[in-house]
Amino acid sequence: MQAWHFSETAYPYLPPADSYPSIRVSLPNKHYDPEKGAALYDRYLKEWQIAEEEGLNIMLNEHHQTATCVDPAAPLMLAALARLTSKARLLILGNPAANRRQPVRIAEEMALIDVLSRGRLEAGFVRGVPYEISPANSNPVRMNERFWESINLIVRAWTNHDGPVSHEGRFFHHRNINIWPRVYQTPHPPVWVSTTSAGGARQVGEKGYVQATFLTGYQATRKIYDSYRAGWRASGFGNDVPIDRLAYAAIVYVGKTEEEAYRGAEKLLWYVTANKVAPQFANPPGYVPVEGNVAMMRGASHPLSEFAKGASVEAAIKAGFLFAGTADQVYEQFKRHYGYVGGYGHLLLMGQAGFLEHDDTVAGIRNFARDVYPRIKAEFPDTTISGTFADVPPEPPSHALLSRPASMGVPVLDARPMTPLGAARGA
Amino acid sequence: MKRDVIKLGETEVEVHEEGSGHPVLFLHGAGGFNPKEPHVPLIAQHRRIICPSHPGFGKSALPDWVDNVDDIAHMYLDLMDQYGIANADVIGCSMGGWITAEMLTKAPERFGKVVLVSPVGVKLGPVDKLDIPDIYTMSPPDVPKLLYHDPSLFPFDPSKLSDEELSVFMRNRESTALFVWEPYMHNPKLPHRLYRVTSPTLFIRGESDGLVSAQYVEGYAKLFKSSRIETVAKAGHVPHVEQPAAFAKLVNDFLG
Repeated sequence: MQAWHFSETAYPYLPPADSYPSIRVSLPNKHYDPEKGAALYDRYLKEWQIAEEEGLNIMLNEHHQTATCVDPAAPLMLAALARLTSKARLLILGNPAANRRQPVRIAEEMALIDVLSRGRLEAGFVRGVPYEISPANSNPVRMNERFWESINLIVRAWTNHDGPVSHEGRFFHHRNINIWPRVYQTPHPPVWVSTTSAGGARQVGEKGYVQATFLTGYQATRKIYDSYRAGWRASGFGNDVPIDRLAYAAIVYVGKTEEEAYRGAEKLLWYVTANKVAPQFANPPGYVPVEGNVAMMRGASHPLSEFAKGASVEAAIKAGFLFAGTADQVYEQFKRHYGYVGGYGHLLLMGQAGFLEHDDTVAGIRNFARDVYPRIKAEFPDTTISGTFADVPPEPPSHALLSRPASMGVPVLDARPMTPLGAARGA
Repeated sequence: MKRDVIKLGETEVEVHEEGSGHPVLFLHGAGGFNPKEPHVPLIAQHRRIICPSHPGFGKSALPDWVDNVDDIAHMYLDLMDQYGIANADVIGCSMGGWITAEMLTKAPERFGKVVLVSPVGVKLGPVDKLDIPDIYTMSPPDVPKLLYHDPSLFPFDPSKLSDEELSVFMRNRESTALFVWEPYMHNPKLPHRLYRVTSPTLFIRGESDGLVSAQYVEGYAKLFKSSRIETVAKAGHVPHVEQPAAFAKLVNDFLG
């Protein structure tokens, strides 16, 4: 089991949510104070460094025109981290390959970071959430086709060492591909792709890349992993799918006490509840297949948007996208999820969001790293084969649930119109 | 009245045909072609009206290689060949007007009279201002206010549509995005090619059109050697839908 500390480097100092229609795409940057922003970057970088000290790996991602993730050029942040750290693996998840016009430039950026970090790069790719379309001016139709052509071209650029080669594809053209530096790792850095759909996962499995899924809970995660394994086997990689091919991202907070854990977890749910997105950005034409749009017109909705309407720590833990509590509780919640979905080799911890202050963030990282991580590392080794299911129901054991401590006041969460968030909608 | 599926190259395209006489092509806008719209029979009383659904619209296929209005213009020249039509009049609405303009620049000699209804396709204004408002960044309820003079007469109620109709609606929406996304609603080269057009051209604009401004239509019309502009009262971006009788009269009088 590998654990990764993930922060979206959010800028939480915003006016009241009812004063703007969308936290993404159109929120004016007059609300961004560069002094406060600089202090936040200092802080978030420090938290990644602390995560490394505690034995965790590092993960970051990229979004645009949003206060939820002020990292519009993740390779730049990763380059800084490459120099500020020396041990941790560095995962970018990921490069929005369908929204960038020049895949070879991505290949170059990743190669530079791989060398800067002496081979610690894990290169992830995301199709990108729908609200990335408008900032990129990217056509929402045929994104998936563009996405895969881009990844294939990037891998080719990494693995070509004998002078210029060419690419004349459906979406991209390069007549002289010959990147300097070449990548540090051989044959190239591990490739990760995020997807939250079974169809997407099958494609990732067919390539044998690492599959990450975000906040998909119990049943959906199991389906996604099944689909990944089917794709893997169909490509002839063998019957056994190594556990390190699969990753799960959850919101995680470990406290010394239940009350501490509850407070931290509730602040982390900002990640879900602050994601107020205007509908025109949440579902541009072509992003969701026609059948999906018809289903939505008939009343279907995304599980996370349903959740956000009545968000609570208790419900998020039950749904399997929040692991929170004391070390024992988090261990039990994780173990149940792991067993139900058939196992995974990477836990991506969303350990900072919104108003979770530095000290609380650090405490959460340390409590996890010291009191949970050693146990799950020992119990769920990296050599496991995925797809072994525990005969358990799709919910955490009742003795491991966390409930609102009596000493706490009313919930800090407010009711806001929500849309599915972040990477949860990718690919 | 008949409905056919024909092959243009390898692309299957659905074509609705009605009436008799000198042929007139009717090229629909982003909403797709709907034979129930009353302007269709009003024109078919006088003329043979041929109404293809663009690739990706209605039941027409959308091959992987098709992603540009220019592609559609080539296909419809082929459609005229297959139908044995040496010369036709043409009516193009909105995005269909753009397709029409592209066809005119390719084979001006094959067109008689041309009607462009709230057409898009050119960029006339400054770089820092969109000529056509961005329908993709607007709140969805605001879009009908630009399309219709009286949006209350055209409520969108998915519960009244079958799954098949709703699928067509969603697919039309997706295909529109594919074709108009970038450059937004225009081909930068088109204004420089329109000098080739010889057809007498009637521009029609609804007076309440919130997408295509009067200034835009005036600038567009100036790119044509022989053009005039008519404004339809109590109509927005789709005057043929909102004021079919007034629209059909203008068109029939012009086509003669």
